[in-house]
Amino acid sequence: MATEAHAAEGATGYIIHHLTSLRVGEGFWSLHLDTLFFSALLGGLFIWFFKNAAEKATAGVPGLMQNFAEMIIEFVDQQVKDSFHGHSKLIAPLALTIFCWVFLWNFMDMFPVDILPGIAGLMGIEYLRVVPSTDLNATFAMSISVFCLIIFYSIKIKGPIGFAKELMFQPFGPWLTPFNLLLKVVEEIAKPISLALRLFGNLYAGELIFILIALLPWYVQPLLSFPWAVFHILIITLQAFIFMVLTIVYLSMAHEDH
Amino acid sequence: MSINATLIGQMITFALLVWFTMKYIWPPLFDSLEERKKKIADGLAAAEKGQESIVLAEKKAKQVLKEAKEQSSEIVSLAQKRANEIVEESKHTAKQEGERLIISAKAQVEQEIQQAKEGLRKEISTLAIAAAQQILGAEIDKAKHQDILNKVSNQLG
Repeated sequence: MATEAHAAEGATGYIIHHLTSLRVGEGFWSLHLDTLFFSALLGGLFIWFFKNAAEKATAGVPGLMQNFAEMIIEFVDQQVKDSFHGHSKLIAPLALTIFCWVFLWNFMDMFPVDILPGIAGLMGIEYLRVVPSTDLNATFAMSISVFCLIIFYSIKIKGPIGFAKELMFQPFGPWLTPFNLLLKVVEEIAKPISLALRLFGNLYAGELIFILIALLPWYVQPLLSFPWAVFHILIITLQAFIFMVLTIVYLSMAHEDH
Repeated sequence: MSINATLIGQMITFALLVWFTMKYIWPPLFDSLEERKKKIADGLAAAEKGQESIVLAEKKAKQVLKEAKEQSSEIVSLAQKRANEIVEESKHTAKQEGERLIISAKAQVEQEIQQAKEGLRKEISTLAIAAAQQILGAEIDKAKHQDILNKVSNQLG
């Protein structure tokens, strides 16, 4: 649908159309409705599935749903136990949420690029980006939240003075305080930026390649999009996993008192 | 590509999701996992214990059997001993009884001999008197020669 509607604008128009968000408002105070809608929907899906599993949870023989939920929970718990040695009630559920949510975001990439925007086009919605992780707002929202948690726990565990000391006196001792501070600040700031950009970059590139494949003649498309989709299954899981593990690692670093 | 208020909306959604997971999803699922782990561990421990108790019971049964065997053999040997004793005892009694019978028989024989002797003596004295009467005839007076008759009968006794 979308392809036909924008055929006149050529390939560039098609790509740009696919990469434009459904947007309301102007300037900073504008919203990407598609990102908000799909991420909320997927979050709801995640909550719905796990809530169902949690309500039916028994210590006896688990059902199919509970089994699947428990598999993910055990996997996440193992990751948390491997990297995080403190004691926190937040970190494991946080890791679970990040893993599932990011995975579901990324999974939206597996839908053929024209299906959902096409349906939306029929309903009169002109622009639609279905993969929240190709929106910097989504990835940065998550990484900045994680960053806030890192700062919060750093201060909570080490104390304001301890944290300030760490920023100033490490790694080169008190004589190089300005240099240390610069290094540490860059290190801390790099964490959320790398988290967000890694996820965004991978998924944006993946989506772009799907769009490019969709531009090719129909008889070539399956030949390319099938291998890329199979490869993408690995990427979307891996990116969700990386985001989760790095969050755990960063938070465990915040919990370590030197 | 621009950063805008979507960021804030996403952060709020994220916070809500994390809060909900922390409050309502993670604890029950994790608890049920832990509980099942414990159940399985308990079951395995119980199975092991059961096996152990079987071994113990077997051991005990063997011991009881052994004791019973020992006891029965003891009883048998005791019974044998007792039987031997009884046989010996009865032998002894029989011997004594026999001896007693012999003694009493001997005494009876003696008594009978005495009685026979007495009888004979009386008869002989009567016979002697009769003979003397025949030989001496009327000359001999029974009353006159009583002394002599007594002497003779005394000599016979």
